[in-house]
Amino acid sequence: METIIQASYFIVAAIFIIGLKQMSSPVTARRGILWAGAAMVIATLVTFMAPEIIDSDQAATNVGLIILAIGIGGGYAWWSGKRVAMTDMPQMIAMYNGMGGGAAATIAAVELLKASTETSHDPSGTMTIADALGPDVAILGILGAIIGTISFSGSIIAWAKLDGRLHRSKLLPGQHFINAILAIVTVGFAVSIYFSGSDLTPIIIFFGLALVLGIFITVPVGGADMPVIISLFNALTGLAVGFEGYVLGNAAMIIAGIVVGSAGSLLTHLMAVAMNRSVANVFFAGVGTDSGVTSEGIQGEMKEIQAQDAGILMAFASQVVIIPGYGMAVAQAQHKIWELTQLLNDKGVAVKFAIHSVAGRMPGHMNVLLAEAGVPYDMIYDMEDINADFKNTTVALVIGANDVVNPSAKTDTSSPLYGMPILDAIDSDNVIVIKRGRGAGFSGVENPLFFADNTKMLFGDGQKAASELIQAVKEL
Amino acid sequence: MIEGLAALYIFMLAGFTGYEIISRVPVILHTPLMSGSNFVHGIVLVGAMIALGIAESTIEQIIGFIAVLLGAGNAVGGYVVTERMLEMFKPSDKGSEQKGSEG
Repeated sequence: METIIQASYFIVAAIFIIGLKQMSSPVTARRGILWAGAAMVIATLVTFMAPEIIDSDQAATNVGLIILAIGIGGGYAWWSGKRVAMTDMPQMIAMYNGMGGGAAATIAAVELLKASTETSHDPSGTMTIADALGPDVAILGILGAIIGTISFSGSIIAWAKLDGRLHRSKLLPGQHFINAILAIVTVGFAVSIYFSGSDLTPIIIFFGLALVLGIFITVPVGGADMPVIISLFNALTGLAVGFEGYVLGNAAMIIAGIVVGSAGSLLTHLMAVAMNRSVANVFFAGVGTDSGVTSEGIQGEMKEIQAQDAGILMAFASQVVIIPGYGMAVAQAQHKIWELTQLLNDKGVAVKFAIHSVAGRMPGHMNVLLAEAGVPYDMIYDMEDINADFKNTTVALVIGANDVVNPSAKTDTSSPLYGMPILDAIDSDNVIVIKRGRGAGFSGVENPLFFADNTKMLFGDGQKAASELIQAVKEL
Repeated sequence: MIEGLAALYIFMLAGFTGYEIISRVPVILHTPLMSGSNFVHGIVLVGAMIALGIAESTIEQIIGFIAVLLGAGNAVGGYVVTERMLEMFKPSDKGSEQKGSEG
């Protein structure tokens, strides 16, 4: 039996890797997730036959509890995952990721409790948790517990922020100092667990501190940096799962966890690079939360345009480049935008979509929304591929994007965005910006593009503005 | 079982594998891939099942129960959102690319 189980885990780990590889190409991506899903089902079924579970004194009760917990947890996740709107995907990923981190942490808690019970049976009374588990298992188990717990509480905060339940980044005075102290104390308790025996107090305090640390780390992070944070927590959960896999001697958990840990770390790094910030910088300086970075008097004023005129401008353009941002997601305007694109195509206008790597709340967020609306992925261009093309563009239509087209990232050394690569929308003959109001973007930084000579503002909700544009083009 | 140095080798190789997988990914797939890797670490469910399976005292059972609950949420939720996202990706209907949609 043991051999069959181990062989199944081996196959499962292999399928996970193949599945992830397939997910890295648009053509095979769908197949990848189906395979990985099947592997997960196999792993779960096989585990019911694990000798640890079957030979337990409480096998009947525990198996019943396992089925009940899978039913409740899985059922809730199925229900919530099926009904969530595409625009709310990022926070759902954050939440499911947090659950994974929490699961890793609670596995560690069970192991530590068992070890603690074992030490209390030791006649000499000198046995420590490290003796009970073995030093390697104890160290990795406790490490996984810290990481998993931080990922859990941090992801929940990220979810609350993206879901609009927690507003504005709050930075306490000396927040970073407090975080540093908290982190040191948490690690101190982690070390003390290693040397402790049957006393549960350090374990309880340790988990409490790690929970608070996760919250404190995430609360000050600016909303624009959320993609990086979610990706980082995803990588951390992977690591925690890998470490707890070592504790349990489970190869599938080790491989899957570490693969995700390393892939997630690289993805986090790529995202931070795309914003020209280091990962450390994301944590230690929230854009827009520092004092005195906002508007420093930009010359000129915004020029308004009516939808009718904008429609005419686009209908007679040779090339239109559409730059979507989070505002499109909020307004659910992607379907209207696609309708507009098809109309323009019929009139012989070349339409391209330009997507900045950090547009929206997650990398690729905009791609997902456009795909939902039916936009084929070969009409969508990355920043590197489209930037030179803006010079040949009659109209750049910016819908709900702001910081990713902010030219001060190139020119103004005092801007917090300085150095971030941007989409050069300003190079096109005309820029039309669909925007709800005159306020600054998510990062709180003013955008000189909106005041440029070739820019016209089309104020209004993204969906409404797009409908008006469709109307205007149709009437021609 | 996997112990000591053998585990170190696994850690190292798995680390490189993850790095390789993501290093050649178009931006378009970053979100689905993050979601997909989020699903893959849902394998924590297996560990949670074992943790609850070996639980003896009531407190261990309660914590183990929470572990399975959370692990199942990670695995199922991760799958559902990833599948929904990837379902939408399709190439434009130009003859030459048809083979992609049926593959």
